[in-house]
Amino acid sequence: MATLKDIQLKIVGVKKTQKITKAMNMVAASKLRGAQEKAEAFRPYANKFAEVLGSLSDRIDADEEHAPPLLVPRAEVKTIDLLLMTSDRGLCGGFNTNLIIKAEKFMKEKAEQGVDVRLICMGRKGRDYFRRKKYNIQSEHIGIVGGKFGFNVAVNAGQELIDAFLNGETDEARVIFSEFVSMSRQVPTLSQIVPIVGVEKAEQAQEAEYIAEHICEPPAEELMAEMLPKQVYVQIFRGLLETSTSEHAARMAAMDNATTNCGEMITSLSLIYNKARQAAITADLMDIVGGAEALKG
Amino acid sequence: MAGNIMLEVVTPDKAIVSEEVQIVVAPGEYGEFGVLIGHTSFLTTLKTGMLRYKDKGGSERAVFVSGGFAEVLPNKVTVLAESADRRRDIDVERARAAMKRAEQRLSEARAKEDIDSRRAEAALQRAIARMKISERRTA
Repeated sequence: MATLKDIQLKIVGVKKTQKITKAMNMVAASKLRGAQEKAEAFRPYANKFAEVLGSLSDRIDADEEHAPPLLVPRAEVKTIDLLLMTSDRGLCGGFNTNLIIKAEKFMKEKAEQGVDVRLICMGRKGRDYFRRKKYNIQSEHIGIVGGKFGFNVAVNAGQELIDAFLNGETDEARVIFSEFVSMSRQVPTLSQIVPIVGVEKAEQAQEAEYIAEHICEPPAEELMAEMLPKQVYVQIFRGLLETSTSEHAARMAAMDNATTNCGEMITSLSLIYNKARQAAITADLMDIVGGAEALKG
Repeated sequence: MAGNIMLEVVTPDKAIVSEEVQIVVAPGEYGEFGVLIGHTSFLTTLKTGMLRYKDKGGSERAVFVSGGFAEVLPNKVTVLAESADRRRDIDVERARAAMKRAEQRLSEARAKEDIDSRRAEAALQRAIARMKISERRTA
């Protein structure tokens, strides 16, 4: 049996761990707030952008032959760029594992169909995992998710994807990011970003009225060509924001669990400690009583 | 003056301007254009440069915009830009450093028409525009 001293040391150790996990929980909570605010600040831009793009695409569909290349799906898909977003740091539960599993499953599926998948890793955890497994990593961006990043990060990554697509190096680009559903639910999500899908048509409400009167300068087609890459950036940026928010939420939950578990461990250790102490006292008493009895003769 | 027009300048990071103004002058792709209330609605891309407006009190203000486009409605101008700074928020030192960096990259990568030189070129333009705008204040 462990001695009293051993148990006491262990309790002290667990208490220290609990302090750390509690602190990490609070740090994650405040970072989460920051990430949410950032996502909030992005919303007006994203909404307006979607509105304008939607109204533009309404007018362009008239002549499909001249559709911008970024909108046209390739008949045969041989190579796909996969942009995988994970966090740089661990201690956030199954957050990164879920994302990686999603990516690996997707790559396996595509490999069976004879499609090449080139990985672009945003975040250290995903990169390290696939590097260990000797996958083909096209490029990597570390130090973005979960920290402070600007729109230019999304622009650079987007440009990379678009250039590869337009050069004919790749036929598609997809992104895996963690969608922030709620504090307790973050869902790894796969979505296609090049060629662009899901440009929503402007709603046929009264809004469509004034939009129809828009004069476009340059003409609508050129304007569209100008705006489409931005749509890719916007999607990547949204993915980054969501992934960052999810990371902090996941870490908060993980650290909350850890703190609770530490508490439980301390309770049960204290119990053992008290029992051992009691046993020691009883043994001492027996000794004394035994000694006294012996003296009496 | 028939009235004021609403001006909104929005970037992915935050809303830079949201107020009623007398007049907006923006650097359109096909040249600078001015907007007063009651303008025909139109849509245009913007060059990297200076967007000027007169606020309600009549004082002139300048905002740096880059990589954006503007939607003009009779009572509202919305500018969506990848980056934008009010004049007082421009960091001149940073712009100057960015300019040096971009120039150096350009001279290294001359002739090559690749992503890097395109990026450097854009960065150079942004830096120059920022510096120009902030110089107006001192002038």
